[in-house]
Amino acid sequence: MSILYDLFHMSLISAVPLLVVAIGAMISERSGVVNIALEGLMLMGAFVGIAVIKTIEDSNSTMSIQWILLIGILVGGAVGSVFSLLHAYAAISMKSNQIISATALNLFAPAFAIFTARTIQNGQQIPFTSVFRMSEVPFFSKIPFLGDLFFKDVFLSFYIGIFVLIVVFFFIYKTRFGLRLRSCGENPHAADSLGINIYKTRYIAVFLSGLLAGMGGVMFVTSTSTEFNATVAGYGFLALAVLIFGNWKPFRIMLAALFFGFMRTIAAAHAMIPFLENLRIPSEFYNMIPYIATLIVLSFASKKSQAPKAAGQVYDQGRR
Amino acid sequence: MNGNEEKVKHPLLEKIKPSLIAVGCGLLVGLVIMMIFNIQEAFGGFFTMLVGALNQGTKSLGDMLYMATPIILTGLSVGFAFKTGLFNIGAAGQMVVGAYTAIHIGVLWNIPAPFHWIVAILFGALAGALWGFVPGLLKALSNVNEVVATIMMNFIGMYLVMYMIKANVLNPLDSRTLNVRDTALLPTWGLDKIFPGSAVNIGIVVAILVVVIIHIILNKTTLGYQLKATGYNKDGSLYAGINTKRNIVISMSIAGFLAGLAGALYYLKLGNHLSTHAGLLPQGFDGISVALLGLSEPIGALIAGLFLSYIRQGGFYMQLYEFKPEIIDIIISTIIYFSALAVALQFFFRKRIQKMKEKKRKKANEEEAKQ
Repeated sequence: MSILYDLFHMSLISAVPLLVVAIGAMISERSGVVNIALEGLMLMGAFVGIAVIKTIEDSNSTMSIQWILLIGILVGGAVGSVFSLLHAYAAISMKSNQIISATALNLFAPAFAIFTARTIQNGQQIPFTSVFRMSEVPFFSKIPFLGDLFFKDVFLSFYIGIFVLIVVFFFIYKTRFGLRLRSCGENPHAADSLGINIYKTRYIAVFLSGLLAGMGGVMFVTSTSTEFNATVAGYGFLALAVLIFGNWKPFRIMLAALFFGFMRTIAAAHAMIPFLENLRIPSEFYNMIPYIATLIVLSFASKKSQAPKAAGQVYDQGRR
Repeated sequence: MNGNEEKVKHPLLEKIKPSLIAVGCGLLVGLVIMMIFNIQEAFGGFFTMLVGALNQGTKSLGDMLYMATPIILTGLSVGFAFKTGLFNIGAAGQMVVGAYTAIHIGVLWNIPAPFHWIVAILFGALAGALWGFVPGLLKALSNVNEVVATIMMNFIGMYLVMYMIKANVLNPLDSRTLNVRDTALLPTWGLDKIFPGSAVNIGIVVAILVVVIIHIILNKTTLGYQLKATGYNKDGSLYAGINTKRNIVISMSIAGFLAGLAGALYYLKLGNHLSTHAGLLPQGFDGISVALLGLSEPIGALIAGLFLSYIRQGGFYMQLYEFKPEIIDIIISTIIYFSALAVALQFFFRKRIQKMKEKKRKKANEEEAKQ
């Protein structure tokens, strides 16, 4: 029983950053801009966010650990959103190829992080010492069953993830702006003819996706490692897979993120599970599981996927 | 005849103009970043970078050719898939399985001298082709996004190779592959006499040959025409009777073949080993830069690969000025960003100029009418 409990917790921990980043990508794609720069955005957010966390730690402040994490996540989000404007400018204003500009950001981010870190300090790693895992949330952890599942051994990121999911759901489906945003991704010409500012809407959408990707980057590093090492391990691309598997819908994305989180957990924790340990399969094969699962799942999910119709297309007012 | 030649030259210049603008802007941004970090050394470092592979004469030139070989081929791989409208970011994975297969054959098989390395690079390239075939098939059959699929194949390839090294060709002292047999090493054919002390071998010759072959396939064959048509307009080419699904699979397989070849050529070299530590091969991602800089053209990939390798050598010697070589990656990614903008910028300017010309013509017409 305690193994199942641990597996559930580990799955949640890996699922939350995926969820947040994929939700961000959803906002961008529903507005019609494909954002494969997620990896780079996460990395930039994580780089600056972790650097800020380390700076606060080094300054011997008496700030509580959860506040430090929250500040780190918010800084990461701010950096991600500003960085994403480069993609927005190229993709929306300059009508460039969205894949190329996003790839440029993906290549820029690790180079910039390594260059800056190595120039300022020795070595590219940025370690931090705080343990952000909360062993218990006061009061709530007393709730039977649910308290054990959701309020013990959790990260603050988990609650932020739930918050983001709910807020974005209402934003996309229940507000006027959300409706307009979706129309930009389905039929921008029709939307434009009704007086919606396509460019502004898409800028906001990309900005929000950058915000969430940056936050997700900090969440990923703080919950899976004790240092930032100029990588987010392909999570940005996994988030894209989650988005596709989740069929561009918030709650399906949540289920997809949980699925991928579970797959990653099996890869990381196979030694903990007696049944798998007894099979004596080399660990490399367990490490492949999340990626193979992605391919299999996508090959079933992609046929009937409903991508936003205008996603990836340059919006040109003059074109009919 | 002379007049004609000028007219033929003109569109080429038009075509590479955006790339030149982008390179200029990228270098400028790089210089500014260097000045921000260390203003005293910035100009010295920048100059060293520009001198690039000429820093140490023939040695660094030869090294440049050796390092250019894999990235020309991965660039060709990415560019080739791009022509069919597919974005192959799986060159790293295709390259690593190609590299492993070549090393496996080089270490374990016993084949007489002139054939050993040929067999090794052929099988390496075929392994890469298999790694490109899978995402191609998934795309063709069930419309799986090839960006995600190729990235997944990168990680699968990486872990598989880590396992295979441990199982078959491990040098336990250094946790990396064993040396390949002498017969499996790529020959130098006298290139080492031209570039003494450098790492150059015939890999670069093979790469150039392959560039020419791919150029011919793309521009002079039915297959190439169909592949490009699929890239331009999938529905249109389907309507015209082209089997687009088959073309997607073929295109990804050839792309994988090229990246696998890159791995084989790069690692059949004395003193170069695959390690068992997790990590994707950087040449796979350089391939994206090379393809984008080279406008997805085979000849473009050759030039861009040589350029990137040239400037990387400069980045190596730039460390004397206490600049980390990653500045090169910053510059390259900036160049790619500007090259995305430059096409649009040029389009924008051309429209403006056309409008101005039309206005002038209208004015002239009006004046004529008055008279």
